[in-house]
Amino acid sequence: MSDTKQNHQGLDPEVAEKLQKQASDLAENVNAGNYAKAMTLINELSEVRDQSLYREVGRLTRSLHEAIRNFQIDPRNAEQKEVLSKMSDASDRLAYVVQMTSQAANRTMDLVEESMPVAHAMRDEAVALRDEWQRLRRREMEPAEFRELYGRIDKFFAGLTTDSDSLYQNLSEILLAQDFQDLTGQVIQKVTALVKEVEDNLLGLVVMASHVDQLTGTVHQIEEKEESAEKGVGPQIKADEREDVVSGQDDVDDLLSSLGF
Amino acid sequence: MKILIVDDFSTMRRIIKNLLRDLGFTNTDEADDGNTALPMLRSGKYDFLVTDWNMPGMSGFDLLKAVRADENLKNLPVLMVTAEAKRDQIVAAAQAGVNGYVVKPFTAAVLKEKIEKIFERIQ
Repeated sequence: MSDTKQNHQGLDPEVAEKLQKQASDLAENVNAGNYAKAMTLINELSEVRDQSLYREVGRLTRSLHEAIRNFQIDPRNAEQKEVLSKMSDASDRLAYVVQMTSQAANRTMDLVEESMPVAHAMRDEAVALRDEWQRLRRREMEPAEFRELYGRIDKFFAGLTTDSDSLYQNLSEILLAQDFQDLTGQVIQKVTALVKEVEDNLLGLVVMASHVDQLTGTVHQIEEKEESAEKGVGPQIKADEREDVVSGQDDVDDLLSSLGF
Repeated sequence: MKILIVDDFSTMRRIIKNLLRDLGFTNTDEADDGNTALPMLRSGKYDFLVTDWNMPGMSGFDLLKAVRADENLKNLPVLMVTAEAKRDQIVAAAQAGVNGYVVKPFTAAVLKEKIEKIFERIQ
Protein backbone atom coordinates (compact mmCIF):
# COMPACT_ATOMS: atom_id res chain seq x y z
CA MET A 1 0.00 0.00 0.00
CA SER A 2 2.79 2.46 0.94
CA ASP A 3 4.35 1.52 -2.39
CA THR A 4 1.40 2.78 -4.38
CA LYS A 5 1.11 5.91 -2.29
CA GLN A 6 4.68 6.82 -3.21
CA ASN A 7 3.99 6.11 -6.86
CA HIS A 8 1.03 8.28 -6.74
CA GLN A 9 2.71 11.25 -5.15
CA GLY A 10 5.92 11.34 -7.19
CA LEU A 11 7.31 10.01 -10.43
CA ASP A 12 10.01 7.42 -10.72
CA PRO A 13 13.45 9.02 -10.10
CA GLU A 14 14.45 7.82 -13.55
CA VAL A 15 11.48 9.52 -15.20
CA ALA A 16 11.92 12.68 -13.14
CA GLU A 17 15.57 12.91 -14.21
CA LYS A 18 14.64 12.47 -17.86
CA LEU A 19 11.96 15.12 -17.50
CA GLN A 20 14.37 17.60 -15.95
CA LYS A 21 16.98 17.05 -18.65
CA GLN A 22 14.41 17.44 -21.44
CA ALA A 23 12.98 20.56 -19.83
CA SER A 24 16.36 22.26 -19.62
CA ASP A 25 17.20 21.13 -23.20
CA LEU A 26 13.88 22.62 -24.29
CA ALA A 27 14.63 25.93 -22.57
CA GLU A 28 18.09 26.03 -24.14
CA ASN A 29 16.75 25.34 -27.64
CA VAL A 30 13.95 27.88 -27.32
CA ASN A 31 16.45 30.51 -26.12
CA ALA A 32 18.75 29.68 -29.01
CA GLY A 33 15.87 30.06 -31.46
CA ASN A 34 16.13 26.39 -32.49
CA TYR A 35 12.34 25.81 -32.74
CA ALA A 36 12.38 22.63 -34.85
CA LYS A 37 14.49 20.90 -32.21
CA ALA A 38 12.27 22.40 -29.48
CA MET A 39 9.16 20.85 -31.05
CA THR A 40 10.78 17.43 -31.18
CA LEU A 41 11.66 17.82 -27.52
CA ILE A 42 8.07 18.70 -26.63
CA ASN A 43 6.90 15.53 -28.39
CA GLU A 44 9.47 13.50 -26.50
CA LEU A 45 8.30 15.11 -23.27
CA SER A 46 4.71 14.07 -23.79
CA GLU A 47 5.88 10.58 -24.69
CA VAL A 48 7.69 10.37 -21.34
CA ARG A 49 4.52 11.50 -19.60
CA ASP A 50 2.43 8.87 -21.42
CA GLN A 51 4.91 6.14 -20.67
CA SER A 52 5.01 6.94 -16.98
CA LEU A 53 1.24 7.03 -16.97
CA TYR A 54 1.07 3.59 -18.57
CA ARG A 55 3.60 2.28 -16.12
CA GLU A 56 1.60 3.70 -13.21
CA VAL A 57 -1.61 2.18 -14.48
CA GLY A 58 0.12 -1.14 -14.96
CA ARG A 59 1.50 -1.06 -11.45
CA LEU A 60 -1.87 -0.19 -9.96
CA THR A 61 -3.58 -2.89 -11.96
CA ARG A 62 -1.11 -5.40 -10.54
CA SER A 63 -1.77 -4.12 -7.00
CA LEU A 64 -5.46 -4.36 -7.67
CA HIS A 65 -5.13 -7.98 -8.68
CA GLU A 66 -3.03 -8.58 -5.61
CA ALA A 67 -5.69 -7.00 -3.42
CA ILE A 68 -8.41 -9.06 -5.05
CA ARG A 69 -6.34 -12.14 -4.39
CA ASN A 70 -5.96 -11.09 -0.76
CA PHE A 71 -9.67 -10.78 -0.58
CA GLN A 72 -9.78 -14.39 -1.60
CA ILE A 73 -13.11 -14.91 -3.17
CA ASP A 74 -11.97 -17.12 -6.01
CA PRO A 75 -12.75 -20.72 -5.05
CA ARG A 76 -10.45 -22.23 -7.69
CA ASN A 77 -7.37 -22.71 -5.57
CA ALA A 78 -7.16 -24.59 -2.31
CA GLU A 79 -6.01 -21.68 -0.16
CA GLN A 80 -8.85 -19.50 -1.34
CA LYS A 81 -11.33 -22.28 -0.92
CA GLU A 82 -10.39 -22.34 2.73
CA VAL A 83 -11.20 -18.65 3.14
CA LEU A 84 -14.44 -19.13 1.30
CA SER A 85 -15.32 -21.86 3.75
CA LYS A 86 -14.38 -19.43 6.52
CA MET A 87 -17.14 -17.19 5.20
CA SER A 88 -19.76 -19.89 5.03
CA ASP A 89 -18.46 -21.06 8.39
CA ALA A 90 -19.28 -17.58 9.69
CA SER A 91 -22.89 -17.88 8.51
CA ASP A 92 -23.08 -21.34 10.06
CA ARG A 93 -21.81 -19.83 13.29
CA LEU A 94 -24.39 -17.08 13.22
CA ALA A 95 -27.11 -19.61 12.48
CA TYR A 96 -25.88 -21.47 15.54
CA VAL A 97 -26.27 -18.28 17.61
CA VAL A 98 -29.85 -17.88 16.41
CA GLN A 99 -30.55 -21.51 17.24
CA MET A 100 -28.96 -21.31 20.71
CA THR A 101 -30.71 -18.08 21.68
CA SER A 102 -34.06 -19.35 20.48
CA GLN A 103 -33.56 -22.63 22.35
CA ALA A 104 -32.72 -20.76 25.55
CA ALA A 105 -35.67 -18.41 25.16
CA ASN A 106 -38.07 -21.30 24.61
CA ARG A 107 -36.65 -23.36 27.46
CA THR A 108 -36.95 -20.35 29.78
CA MET A 109 -40.50 -19.67 28.69
CA ASP A 110 -41.45 -23.36 29.11
CA LEU A 111 -40.23 -23.23 32.70
CA VAL A 112 -41.90 -19.89 33.40
CA GLU A 113 -45.20 -21.12 31.97
CA GLU A 114 -44.87 -24.23 34.13
CA SER A 115 -44.12 -22.18 37.27
CA MET A 116 -46.77 -19.49 36.96
CA PRO A 117 -49.80 -21.75 37.63
CA VAL A 118 -47.96 -23.32 40.61
CA ALA A 119 -47.35 -19.88 42.14
CA HIS A 120 -50.96 -18.95 41.36
CA ALA A 121 -52.39 -22.07 43.01
CA MET A 122 -50.23 -21.48 46.11
CA ARG A 123 -51.52 -17.97 46.40
CA ASP A 124 -55.17 -18.93 45.87
CA GLU A 125 -55.04 -21.67 48.51
CA ALA A 126 -53.27 -19.33 50.96
CA VAL A 127 -55.98 -16.70 50.49
CA ALA A 128 -58.74 -19.26 51.03
CA LEU A 129 -57.08 -20.65 54.14
CA ARG A 130 -56.51 -17.18 55.57
CA ASP A 131 -60.25 -16.45 55.26
CA GLU A 132 -61.10 -19.72 57.03
CA TRP A 133 -58.50 -18.99 59.67
CA GLN A 134 -60.06 -15.55 60.35
CA ARG A 135 -63.44 -17.25 60.78
CA LEU A 136 -61.92 -19.65 63.28
CA ARG A 137 -60.36 -16.76 65.22
CA ARG A 138 -63.68 -14.99 65.30
CA ARG A 139 -65.08 -18.29 66.68
CA GLU A 140 -67.55 -18.55 63.81
CA MET A 141 -66.63 -22.13 62.99
CA GLU A 142 -68.53 -25.32 63.70
CA PRO A 143 -66.48 -28.24 65.05
CA ALA A 144 -67.06 -30.22 61.83
CA GLU A 145 -65.79 -27.31 59.73
CA PHE A 146 -62.80 -26.99 61.99
CA ARG A 147 -61.90 -30.64 61.46
CA GLU A 148 -62.08 -30.06 57.72
CA LEU A 149 -59.88 -26.96 58.01
CA TYR A 150 -57.42 -28.95 60.10
CA GLY A 151 -57.00 -31.48 57.29
CA ARG A 152 -56.83 -28.78 54.68
CA ILE A 153 -54.00 -26.94 56.46
CA ASP A 154 -52.11 -30.20 56.76
CA LYS A 155 -52.44 -30.78 53.04
CA PHE A 156 -51.46 -27.19 52.29
CA PHE A 157 -48.21 -27.50 54.22
CA ALA A 158 -47.34 -30.73 52.45
CA GLY A 159 -48.15 -29.19 49.06
CA LEU A 160 -46.20 -26.05 49.91
CA THR A 161 -43.03 -28.07 50.33
CA THR A 162 -43.27 -29.88 46.99
CA ASP A 163 -44.50 -26.78 45.14
CA SER A 164 -41.70 -24.57 46.40
CA ASP A 165 -39.24 -27.33 45.59
CA SER A 166 -40.48 -27.46 42.02
CA LEU A 167 -40.41 -23.65 41.75
CA TYR A 168 -36.84 -23.63 43.03
CA GLN A 169 -35.94 -26.36 40.56
CA ASN A 170 -37.46 -24.41 37.67
CA LEU A 171 -35.68 -21.22 38.70
CA SER A 172 -32.31 -22.93 38.79
CA GLU A 173 -33.01 -24.46 35.36
CA ILE A 174 -33.84 -20.99 34.06
CA LEU A 175 -30.51 -19.86 35.43
CA LEU A 176 -28.75 -22.67 33.57
CA ALA A 177 -30.59 -21.89 30.36
CA GLN A 178 -28.66 -18.59 30.27
CA ASP A 179 -25.39 -20.42 29.60
CA PHE A 180 -25.88 -19.74 25.88
CA GLN A 181 -24.55 -16.22 26.46
CA ASP A 182 -21.03 -17.54 27.02
CA LEU A 183 -21.07 -19.72 23.89
CA THR A 184 -22.80 -17.29 21.58
CA GLY A 185 -20.57 -14.48 22.87
CA GLN A 186 -17.46 -16.39 21.82
CA VAL A 187 -18.93 -17.25 18.43
CA ILE A 188 -19.97 -13.66 17.76
CA GLN A 189 -16.51 -12.38 18.69
CA LYS A 190 -14.97 -14.77 16.14
CA VAL A 191 -17.33 -13.66 13.41
CA THR A 192 -16.72 -10.00 14.30
CA ALA A 193 -12.96 -10.57 13.84
CA LEU A 194 -13.57 -12.11 10.41
CA VAL A 195 -15.82 -9.23 9.36
CA LYS A 196 -13.09 -6.78 10.43
CA GLU A 197 -10.52 -8.66 8.36
CA VAL A 198 -12.77 -8.68 5.31
CA GLU A 199 -13.52 -5.01 5.82
CA ASP A 200 -9.79 -4.14 5.87
CA ASN A 201 -9.13 -6.06 2.66
CA LEU A 202 -12.14 -4.53 1.02
CA LEU A 203 -11.03 -1.06 2.02
CA GLY A 204 -7.60 -1.68 0.46
CA LEU A 205 -9.38 -2.77 -2.69
CA VAL A 206 -11.52 0.35 -2.81
CA VAL A 207 -8.50 2.65 -2.34
CA MET A 208 -6.64 0.83 -5.09
CA ALA A 209 -9.59 0.99 -7.45
CA SER A 210 -10.00 4.70 -6.85
CA HIS A 211 -6.33 5.25 -7.82
CA VAL A 212 -6.90 3.43 -11.08
CA ASP A 213 -10.05 5.46 -11.66
CA GLN A 214 -8.15 8.69 -11.03
CA LEU A 215 -5.41 7.79 -13.49
CA THR A 216 -7.74 6.66 -16.21
CA GLY A 217 -10.27 9.40 -15.53
CA THR A 218 -13.11 6.95 -14.98
CA VAL A 219 -16.17 8.35 -13.25
CA HIS A 220 -18.70 5.89 -11.83
CA GLN A 221 -22.30 6.74 -11.36
CA ILE A 222 -23.34 4.95 -8.25
CA GLU A 223 -26.91 5.32 -7.16
CA GLU A 224 -27.28 5.61 -3.43
CA LYS A 225 -29.45 2.85 -2.17
CA GLU A 226 -31.42 3.84 0.86
CA GLU A 227 -32.82 1.19 3.18
CA SER A 228 -36.57 1.08 2.90
CA ALA A 229 -38.15 2.40 6.08
CA GLU A 230 -41.46 0.99 4.88
CA LYS A 231 -40.12 -2.54 4.79
CA GLY A 232 -38.57 -2.05 8.21
CA VAL A 233 -34.90 -1.72 9.08
CA GLY A 234 -34.69 -3.57 12.38
CA PRO A 235 -33.33 -2.43 15.75
CA GLN A 236 -31.28 0.77 15.76
CA ILE A 237 -27.77 0.50 17.16
CA LYS A 238 -26.37 3.53 19.06
CA ALA A 239 -29.83 5.11 19.17
CA ASP A 240 -28.74 7.70 21.77
CA GLU A 241 -26.24 9.20 19.36
CA ARG A 242 -28.74 9.64 16.56
CA GLU A 243 -31.22 12.41 16.04
CA ASP A 244 -33.58 10.61 13.68
CA VAL A 245 -34.17 7.71 16.04
CA VAL A 246 -36.18 7.56 19.26
CA SER A 247 -34.27 6.41 22.33
CA GLY A 248 -37.14 4.66 24.06
CA GLN A 249 -40.85 4.47 24.76
CA ASP A 250 -40.94 7.94 26.38
CA ASP A 251 -39.59 9.42 23.15
CA VAL A 252 -42.24 7.57 21.14
CA ASP A 253 -44.99 8.83 23.44
CA ASP A 254 -43.71 12.41 23.19
CA LEU A 255 -43.53 12.21 19.42
CA LEU A 256 -47.03 10.75 19.14
CA SER A 257 -48.55 13.28 21.51
CA SER A 258 -46.90 16.07 19.51
CA LEU A 259 -48.84 14.66 16.55
CA GLY A 260 -52.03 14.94 18.54
CA PHE A 261 -52.29 11.33 19.67
CA MET B 1 -62.12 -10.27 23.05
CA LYS B 2 -60.25 -12.05 20.26
CA ILE B 3 -56.71 -10.86 19.51
CA LEU B 4 -54.35 -11.64 16.62
CA ILE B 5 -50.61 -11.48 17.34
CA VAL B 6 -48.36 -11.05 14.29
CA ASP B 7 -44.58 -11.43 14.60
CA ASP B 8 -42.06 -13.46 12.61
CA PHE B 9 -40.28 -14.65 15.76
CA SER B 10 -42.15 -17.31 17.69
CA THR B 11 -40.45 -16.31 20.95
CA MET B 12 -41.79 -12.77 20.66
CA ARG B 13 -45.29 -14.07 19.85
CA ARG B 14 -45.08 -16.24 22.92
CA ILE B 15 -43.97 -13.35 25.16
CA ILE B 16 -46.81 -11.13 23.93
CA LYS B 17 -49.28 -13.99 24.29
CA ASN B 18 -48.18 -14.53 27.90
CA LEU B 19 -48.39 -10.83 28.73
CA LEU B 20 -51.86 -10.61 27.17
CA ARG B 21 -52.96 -13.62 29.18
CA ASP B 22 -51.78 -11.89 32.36
CA LEU B 23 -53.92 -8.93 31.36
CA GLY B 24 -56.91 -11.26 31.07
CA PHE B 25 -56.95 -11.74 27.30
CA THR B 26 -56.87 -15.48 26.75
CA ASN B 27 -58.40 -15.72 23.28
CA THR B 28 -55.37 -15.12 21.03
CA ASP B 29 -54.20 -16.40 17.66
CA GLU B 30 -50.82 -16.04 16.00
CA ALA B 31 -49.52 -15.29 12.50
CA ASP B 32 -45.93 -14.92 11.31
CA ASP B 33 -46.36 -12.12 8.75
CA GLY B 34 -48.89 -9.89 7.02
CA ASN B 35 -49.63 -12.40 4.27
CA THR B 36 -50.82 -14.99 6.75
CA ALA B 37 -52.45 -12.42 9.04
CA LEU B 38 -54.64 -10.67 6.49
CA PRO B 39 -56.81 -13.67 5.47
CA MET B 40 -57.15 -14.59 9.16
CA LEU B 41 -58.32 -11.06 9.95
CA ARG B 42 -60.78 -11.12 7.06
CA SER B 43 -62.43 -14.35 8.12
CA GLY B 44 -61.84 -14.47 11.87
CA LYS B 45 -63.75 -11.65 13.58
CA TYR B 46 -60.84 -10.27 15.58
CA ASP B 47 -61.27 -7.38 17.99
CA PHE B 48 -57.66 -6.31 18.22
CA LEU B 49 -54.43 -6.63 16.24
CA VAL B 50 -50.92 -6.59 17.71
CA THR B 51 -48.26 -6.55 15.01
CA ASP B 52 -44.51 -6.30 14.50
CA TRP B 53 -43.20 -4.09 11.69
CA ASN B 54 -40.20 -5.83 10.13
CA MET B 55 -41.26 -9.24 8.80
CA PRO B 56 -40.48 -11.23 5.68
CA GLY B 57 -43.33 -11.30 3.19
CA MET B 58 -45.77 -8.57 4.10
CA SER B 59 -44.49 -6.08 6.68
CA GLY B 60 -46.57 -4.87 9.61
CA PHE B 61 -46.75 -1.41 8.06
CA ASP B 62 -48.24 -2.83 4.86
CA LEU B 63 -50.59 -4.93 6.95
CA LEU B 64 -51.72 -1.79 8.79
CA LYS B 65 -52.39 -0.03 5.49
CA ALA B 66 -54.24 -3.07 4.12
CA VAL B 67 -56.40 -3.20 7.26
CA ARG B 68 -57.27 0.49 7.02
CA ALA B 69 -58.10 0.08 3.32
CA ASP B 70 -60.45 -2.84 3.97
CA GLU B 71 -64.07 -1.81 4.44
CA ASN B 72 -64.72 -4.50 7.06
CA LEU B 73 -61.48 -4.06 8.98
CA LYS B 74 -60.83 -0.33 8.84
CA ASN B 75 -61.96 0.27 12.43
CA LEU B 76 -59.93 -2.59 13.92
CA PRO B 77 -57.63 -1.26 16.68
CA VAL B 78 -53.98 -1.89 15.81
CA LEU B 79 -51.05 -1.82 18.24
CA MET B 80 -47.58 -1.91 16.76
CA VAL B 81 -44.93 -3.64 18.86
CA THR B 82 -41.66 -3.25 17.00
CA ALA B 83 -37.94 -2.56 17.08
CA GLU B 84 -38.37 0.07 14.35
CA ALA B 85 -37.33 3.29 16.06
CA LYS B 86 -36.92 5.93 13.36
CA ARG B 87 -38.97 9.04 13.96
CA ASP B 88 -40.10 9.03 10.31
CA GLN B 89 -41.43 5.52 10.72
CA ILE B 90 -43.41 6.37 13.84
CA VAL B 91 -44.90 9.40 12.11
CA ALA B 92 -45.72 7.25 9.05
CA ALA B 93 -47.40 4.63 11.25
CA ALA B 94 -49.43 7.34 12.98
CA GLN B 95 -50.49 8.77 9.63
CA ALA B 96 -51.43 5.29 8.42
CA GLY B 97 -53.78 5.06 11.39
CA VAL B 98 -52.02 3.01 14.05
CA ASN B 99 -53.70 3.16 17.48
CA GLY B 100 -50.59 2.62 19.59
CA TYR B 101 -46.85 2.19 19.13
CA VAL B 102 -44.58 0.24 21.48
CA VAL B 103 -40.83 0.01 20.80
CA LYS B 104 -38.89 -3.11 21.67
CA PRO B 105 -37.46 -3.84 24.14
CA PHE B 106 -40.59 -3.13 26.16
CA THR B 107 -41.95 -3.91 29.61
CA ALA B 108 -45.19 -5.58 30.64
CA ALA B 109 -46.28 -2.27 32.20
CA VAL B 110 -45.84 -0.37 28.93
CA LEU B 111 -47.78 -2.97 26.95
CA LYS B 112 -50.58 -2.90 29.52
CA GLU B 113 -50.74 0.90 29.54
CA LYS B 114 -50.95 1.15 25.75
CA ILE B 115 -53.60 -1.56 25.44
CA GLU B 116 -55.72 0.00 28.16
CA LYS B 117 -55.39 3.41 26.54
CA ILE B 118 -56.57 2.03 23.21
CA PHE B 119 -59.63 0.36 24.74
CA GLU B 120 -60.42 3.44 26.78
CA ARG B 121 -60.56 5.51 23.62
CA ILE B 122 -62.76 3.00 21.80
CA GLN B 123 -65.33 2.68 24.54
